[in-house]
Amino acid sequence: MNALPPAKGQVIGHSVTRLEDGPLVRGQGRFAADVNFPRQIFMRVVRAQIAHGHLIAINTEAARALPGVIAVWTHADVASIPPIPFRATRLQGLEPYCQPILAAGRVRYAGEPVAVVFAENPYLAEDAADLVLAEIEELPVLLDARLPPAEFAPGTSTEPAIVRKQFGDVDAAFATAFDVVALDLSVGRHSGVPLECRGAIARYDAAHDVLELHGTAKKQHWNRDEIARLLGLRPHGVHLFEGHVGGGFGVRGELYPEDLLVCLAALRLGRPVKWIEDRREHMVATNHSREQHHSLRAAIDAQGRLLAIDAVFHHDQGAYVRTHGARVADLTAAMLPGPYRLHAYRVAGHFRLTNKTPAATYRAPGRFESTFVRERLMDAIAARIGVDPIELRRRNLLASADMPHARQLDALGTDVVLDSGDYAGLLDKSLARFGWDALQAELRARRAAGELVGAGIGFFVEKSGLGPSDGVRISVDRTGAVELVSGAASVGQGVETVLAQICAETLTVDYRAIRVVRGRTDRIEFGNGAHASRVTVMSGSATHLAALEIRAMALATAAPLLQAQPDELTLARGHVVRIAAPETDLMSLAEVAAHMGPGSPLMIGRTPGLTAERWFYSDHMTYPYGVHLAVVRIDRGTGEIRVERYLVANDIGRAVNPMLVEGQIAGGVAQGLGGALFEEFRYDEAGQPLSTTFADYLIPTLAEMPALDVLVAEDAPSPLNPLGVKGAGEGGINGVGAAIASAVDDALRKPGAITTLPILPRQVHAMLPR
Amino acid sequence: MKPPDFTYHAPETLEQALSLLASLDNARLLAGGQSLMPMLTMRFAFPDHVIDLNRVAGLAGITQTGDTLRIGAMTRQRDLLDHPFVQQKIPLLAQALALIGHRQTRNRGTIGGSLCHLDPAAELVSVMTALGATIEIAGPNGPRDVAMADFPLGYMTPSLAPDELVTAVHLPVPPPGHGASFLEFSRRHGDFAIVSAAVMLTRHSSGHLADAVITLGGVGPVPLRLAKAEALLAGQTPTPDLFTQAACLAREIDAMEDAQIPAWYRRRLAESLTRRALTAAHQSLPGAA
Amino acid sequence: MTQHHSITLHLNGTAHAVSVEPRHTLVDVIREGCGATGTHTGCEHGVCGSCTVLLDGEPIRACLMFAIQADGRQIRTVEGLAHGTILHRLQQAFIDHHALQCGYCTPGFLMLAAGLLEADPNISDDALQDGLSANLCRCTGYVNILRAVRAVAAELRA
Repeated sequence: MNALPPAKGQVIGHSVTRLEDGPLVRGQGRFAADVNFPRQIFMRVVRAQIAHGHLIAINTEAARALPGVIAVWTHADVASIPPIPFRATRLQGLEPYCQPILAAGRVRYAGEPVAVVFAENPYLAEDAADLVLAEIEELPVLLDARLPPAEFAPGTSTEPAIVRKQFGDVDAAFATAFDVVALDLSVGRHSGVPLECRGAIARYDAAHDVLELHGTAKKQHWNRDEIARLLGLRPHGVHLFEGHVGGGFGVRGELYPEDLLVCLAALRLGRPVKWIEDRREHMVATNHSREQHHSLRAAIDAQGRLLAIDAVFHHDQGAYVRTHGARVADLTAAMLPGPYRLHAYRVAGHFRLTNKTPAATYRAPGRFESTFVRERLMDAIAARIGVDPIELRRRNLLASADMPHARQLDALGTDVVLDSGDYAGLLDKSLARFGWDALQAELRARRAAGELVGAGIGFFVEKSGLGPSDGVRISVDRTGAVELVSGAASVGQGVETVLAQICAETLTVDYRAIRVVRGRTDRIEFGNGAHASRVTVMSGSATHLAALEIRAMALATAAPLLQAQPDELTLARGHVVRIAAPETDLMSLAEVAAHMGPGSPLMIGRTPGLTAERWFYSDHMTYPYGVHLAVVRIDRGTGEIRVERYLVANDIGRAVNPMLVEGQIAGGVAQGLGGALFEEFRYDEAGQPLSTTFADYLIPTLAEMPALDVLVAEDAPSPLNPLGVKGAGEGGINGVGAAIASAVDDALRKPGAITTLPILPRQVHAMLPR
Repeated sequence: MKPPDFTYHAPETLEQALSLLASLDNARLLAGGQSLMPMLTMRFAFPDHVIDLNRVAGLAGITQTGDTLRIGAMTRQRDLLDHPFVQQKIPLLAQALALIGHRQTRNRGTIGGSLCHLDPAAELVSVMTALGATIEIAGPNGPRDVAMADFPLGYMTPSLAPDELVTAVHLPVPPPGHGASFLEFSRRHGDFAIVSAAVMLTRHSSGHLADAVITLGGVGPVPLRLAKAEALLAGQTPTPDLFTQAACLAREIDAMEDAQIPAWYRRRLAESLTRRALTAAHQSLPGAA
Repeated sequence: MTQHHSITLHLNGTAHAVSVEPRHTLVDVIREGCGATGTHTGCEHGVCGSCTVLLDGEPIRACLMFAIQADGRQIRTVEGLAHGTILHRLQQAFIDHHALQCGYCTPGFLMLAAGLLEADPNISDDALQDGLSANLCRCTGYVNILRAVRAVAAELRA
């Protein structure tokens, strides 16, 4: 919209339109299902229809006999492939719980792959899959993580680990507390559910001895290394490609059984193998998330100040440990204290398996849950001592002077050190922007007129910019074209545009002229992908460093040619200019690059090319934070909860592209609304999944969206990176459950009424006075 | 989610369609496809034959004769919704049609298809019951008519022999000056209703209610007429208290229960929607304050 | 006994002669038979609207129709919106208002919006919101989609 003349180089902080959009609005995107190769065949997964049982036999004869069927595999055919591993964690002992790529002797959730069929077309593959008969002897199902653990396999229980964290003297705090507030809370099972289902297309290119995997996302380099290891290949002989990605949200791009199966089949069957997940599969096959049950107690003083929190929670991991290990439980435990001053804390997170689809991260993992829990607690404390919930929060917020604040906790293997923040300042800004005081009067008047209306708050602290490293290589060719190769990935959030803006800022070129390459293992040796709101921080910082190096190289190369000292020169409009006469273009980057070719006399004894690769390292995460405010109205007749107004205030240090930041936040709010009011993976008592279609799993539509306001604040730049940025991907969803629960309580005039998410109309209706 | 294999037939006359229906085993009729297609892509249905009615001449169209509107079974929901006569004279039907799915599904979905699918929560099933429609059926023994109230034999089971198909719906045009309201509650906009209430009111010149029709959808396997409430209203002076009293009778209905929705909640929804629909229908009466 | 039928789909003004099985859905044949992969499948059971195309000018869900039923019919997809290098005003508005992130639902939303605005250039804002609530988006929270379509609607009214 307000695209500034980018030739001036002033592109960071401006809402420029995206590089990504052209092909996407023209229908020229290349999503997984759009990838095709000659002679490809189609894989279809046969999934267990029973939630738990011994796999007695699998009859594949009828499927094999169907014309057009190429192969049918069961575990026996893939027994040499180890189960799918998880990424590094400090927790020990999770290995026995990893998922085999096809069920081995036992099925543990309805939807678990038990066989795969390969056929000439997808219709035929589905016909054949229907003919595969799995004989399963049913076992009792375990569907509640709060129940005592059962046997997972001989010698192992369904509780692989307990995540424990602690600081301060909790028992002493409770012994001397003015009062103790206790709560039991639950967050339902929901997940990312991107509009594009997963897909994987593998082919073996014998001419180059390379196995290619297409349709990948998020973590290409780790996945490449693991695919190579599990299949006994050299990592250099495995290339992963990322096309367009129809939404990630944490669930896409992890290594799943299907990724390995297509790779193995491409090698064994000698033809490209394509697998496109369908929606009903997606609902039982792709990672679920969120389901946790929390019991917590808080010791408080007479003013409602937190002295200690003693928390226990049960994390429902589903049937297996997937690539994230116990990351969600770990983050829940580490992030639960949020923005508040806390002297003592003890948490035990019971990481437990059940007979449901395996769970892992979904946007703001462990924070959507812990913010709900913590903010419910703050509302409960406010009610207990009879102060306004906003005032109660003020009394407990960490102050700017406390920053940086070491939490004495670790998360994802790094110490939690809140890097910067003005929590109370943002609270004030948010309340003013929302018109909180006037709103209270308005709500009182509406209540007096018989309406059930209320307002609520959720304060959150996010984490972003997970290290340890990311690299970016920038090259300028002799036409002046700039290419940026990153080990990051894109799941549709605008990575190319943001990295191009950062690069253009330093090189003073048009950001639209920069080609950004991401998600390809054949173009850069290392990468950590796109997750945990890390790309802008990590790859953005690496881009900044690499661009500075290109600039320095260009000035150093140009200086002797211009009979100047490098420090008398700078860049403007993509040209080398004298600082003293910046309006005169002296030499374009293209000309500089031409002077840096392999045959150039200037390059004797030097590595040719105007190319720089720089790495950014970080031991600590950055911590964005923010406030969610909601107004809800409850329909007396139906219990329906209508979110009328919503505000997200989010301090992200520095916004590279405010329009994209606001877009991230708005999208997060919609997903949070789903988790707060609509979305839930439900199961019957036999463990049969009940939410397997879009008619049962309710994603909010436009009609359910509230009037939304977004306040992007830049008051607390991160001291941990050169740009001052913090991640913006997860603040929009983080506090939605908390704020809406708070507002529904307020509308009901019943503090503490809401203890579970999603909040269902019939539950609310049952709470209404008759 | 690819449909199973079947043999496709595209008859061009009603006679051809009936003859195919009579001669083929395990055949399904394909109308607008908005319900059948998902059943096929999910492989809940495995027909050996699909008889596509979309090319059969004369099955679509809306004609008005005197006090009756004849709606061909293959008339698209969208076309009926946009029909000026429906908009002007049968507001209950217009309101119900606007709540069926979304624009894309109404563009394909047909009147006959929805009625034969007979989902208990479907707006058309409920509204046609409320309006006292007659279903016109063709079969090897010639045409026959069935009152909409008698058309559902049970849960998703229409009164149709395997060799019969619905050709049209006949609607008595409601009297001018009636009041109407169709309301429903669904979790999301455009979803199937959990419960719907269709209300039509007529009034004497004295101001007393002459007649009330209250039909509830989604509460049971077939639409339910709230006869007690209708009787309570007839002849009475309309007041908010009266509507509340009438709606209260919905608390006594026999409501379905499923994993998601307990019976008590369906009854509460029925009560609320009935009260609101009575109020709205009353307000829509000409000259109402 | 799989039957194959030869049909012609008129896609964005070009006739495509394709051989289909009766059970092939329209969206699958648009994508695989005609090679127009801009139309996406998001659910294949008629809820998400990602596969929305215009059939004889009206938006429909291409997963809820068999290709054989579209024999001889006019179909418009996202690939037919732009005129060469000139984007359709809806496409430009989606870019200008950041109405897409991952872009997967975008073709369906564009065709839905095109259908709504072509049928009624004076469409009310309520009707527009009602119409656009037919499709699912998981990235944008719909805010900017509504903004973009509203902007085009306002241009049309002006």
